[in-house]
Amino acid sequence: MKKFTYTEKKDTRSGFGVGLLEAGRSNPRVVGLCADLIGSLKMGDFKKEFPERFFQVGIAEANMMGLAAGLTIGGKIPFTGTFANFSTGRVYDQIRQSIAYSGKNVKICASHAGITLGEDGATHQILEDIGMMRMLPHMTVINPCDFNQTKAATLAIAEHVGPVYLRFGRPAVPVFTPADQKFEIGKALLLNEGSDVSIFATGHLVWEAIEAGEKLAEAGIDAEIINIHTIKPLDEEAILDSVSKTRCVVTAEEHQRNGGLGDAIAQLLARKAPAPMEMVAVNDSFGESGKPAELMKKYGLSSENIVEAVQNVLKRK
Amino acid sequence: MPDINKLKQIASQVRRDIVRMVHGVQSGHPGGSLGCTEFLVALYFELMEHRSEFNMDGQGEDLFFLSNGHISPVWYSVLARSGYFPVEELATFRKINSRLQGHPATEEGLPGIRVASGSLGQGLSVALGAALSKKLNNDDKLIYSLHGDGELQEGQIWEAAMFAAHHKVDNIISVVDWNGQQIDGPTLEVMHLGDLRAKWEAFGWEVIDLPDGNDMEAVVNSVRYAQTLTGKGKPILILMVTAMGKGVDFMEGTHKWHGIAPNDEQLEQALAQLEETLGDY
Repeated sequence: MKKFTYTEKKDTRSGFGVGLLEAGRSNPRVVGLCADLIGSLKMGDFKKEFPERFFQVGIAEANMMGLAAGLTIGGKIPFTGTFANFSTGRVYDQIRQSIAYSGKNVKICASHAGITLGEDGATHQILEDIGMMRMLPHMTVINPCDFNQTKAATLAIAEHVGPVYLRFGRPAVPVFTPADQKFEIGKALLLNEGSDVSIFATGHLVWEAIEAGEKLAEAGIDAEIINIHTIKPLDEEAILDSVSKTRCVVTAEEHQRNGGLGDAIAQLLARKAPAPMEMVAVNDSFGESGKPAELMKKYGLSSENIVEAVQNVLKRK
Repeated sequence: MPDINKLKQIASQVRRDIVRMVHGVQSGHPGGSLGCTEFLVALYFELMEHRSEFNMDGQGEDLFFLSNGHISPVWYSVLARSGYFPVEELATFRKINSRLQGHPATEEGLPGIRVASGSLGQGLSVALGAALSKKLNNDDKLIYSLHGDGELQEGQIWEAAMFAAHHKVDNIISVVDWNGQQIDGPTLEVMHLGDLRAKWEAFGWEVIDLPDGNDMEAVVNSVRYAQTLTGKGKPILILMVTAMGKGVDFMEGTHKWHGIAPNDEQLEQALAQLEETLGDY
């Protein structure tokens, strides 16, 4: 198992904030919109430097999505900012008609995704957003794993033409992605080569997968770990290549089992290369209040759960 | 000076197009289309500076957004008659493999359409976004948007209305088609809209009354007046009273023709009331 280290923990939303500022500096067409969550989304620096290109929309997310669609007419590249819950379910029809179906170059940037939002509880902990967004034709869906990758992804989506859903979170998590690593949309990242099992992880679960890989290595299990930061379009080639070697799969995500990364990969494998598979994900339940680490444990999203899933899937190989 | 008679002649042909399109596919929304014919004809043939060589960004030209997308027949006819696409294409309305979708869409690349609409309440937000884009681009042209009165029951309209005043979006002229009808019946019965002037004024808009939106000269004068009020820090709204189904006596003033098509006999009755001025497609 390759050794992964980190010197600090940072929140992925801060990577978004830094990336947005940089994108704004390099591209005058980039504009920002926020629905009364500038501090939470880390959009303050962009607002300060580019006040004329930033629009406070108040607590009115539906209007924000429509405004963003309209801003693209005339060549702007709008980045909307609010919590993942209010970036998706609350405004699904606005995204569907005015953005996705209309093919608008809007970047829907969603913080506080998943259960690690923590103490605010299930009203705010959306675990269905990946599913909703990946069902929409034309939509690209990205869930980066750490500060550096979120920053790089933010810069990459500014260059990409088409609607994008960028999902990130609230808690401070290990920063292990190289700061200079370029983000390629739709290109899975092989973190550790292995031959016994393929672990496909996204977002906060990528670090958990690395920790699981280390524990598995101690037990003599050689896990291949792949970071699927882009859930749509899925890097089918990378996934099929890995599974052709390992012949069994574990997926890991901070999302419902229904509709998420595991679902996407299961669909691919069912069509092209059926293999035993286990999914580390929330199993058809809402979350609750608590500390992020406590919730990850209670809802079965920790490295221990990935280890257990690997042990189970190996028995079915 | 606008040639009002010429605009009226175009309107007569557009009305023929509307009833023929809806009859041809036995589907679509003739009522609201007929009611808004004067407005769309005035907009595209007199009031807007626009180019029929379609460019999505629309810089340097006035842009129109149809929020109540179900009245697509009138918009398609006006776009075709303005040269955006061949008039013959109107015959494909709502049929398979057509660019003329039931509700306006960009997916098939129909020239003149800049965003999909039909799911109600979204168009004002999009129009405001386009207005902001114009301001950022130092483009002094205007944004126009049209909304159904029933559509004002959607909450997003009021989110957008609040935003427009707060951000002083003063390069937009929005128009409400106040025909008092919606699918289930009169708006007074389905969901009373209350004092619309007071509502929009309370939201910070400059409000203009247009008591007869089917009087071509009054429509032109009203929008010309609205143009003089732009650039003064407030968004502009025209409350345009129209008769649903205008121009076809048996369709006029009733919600019953909101979304149904005339049969062969009714088509003949309707066409007999509408002079063919530019040649049928």
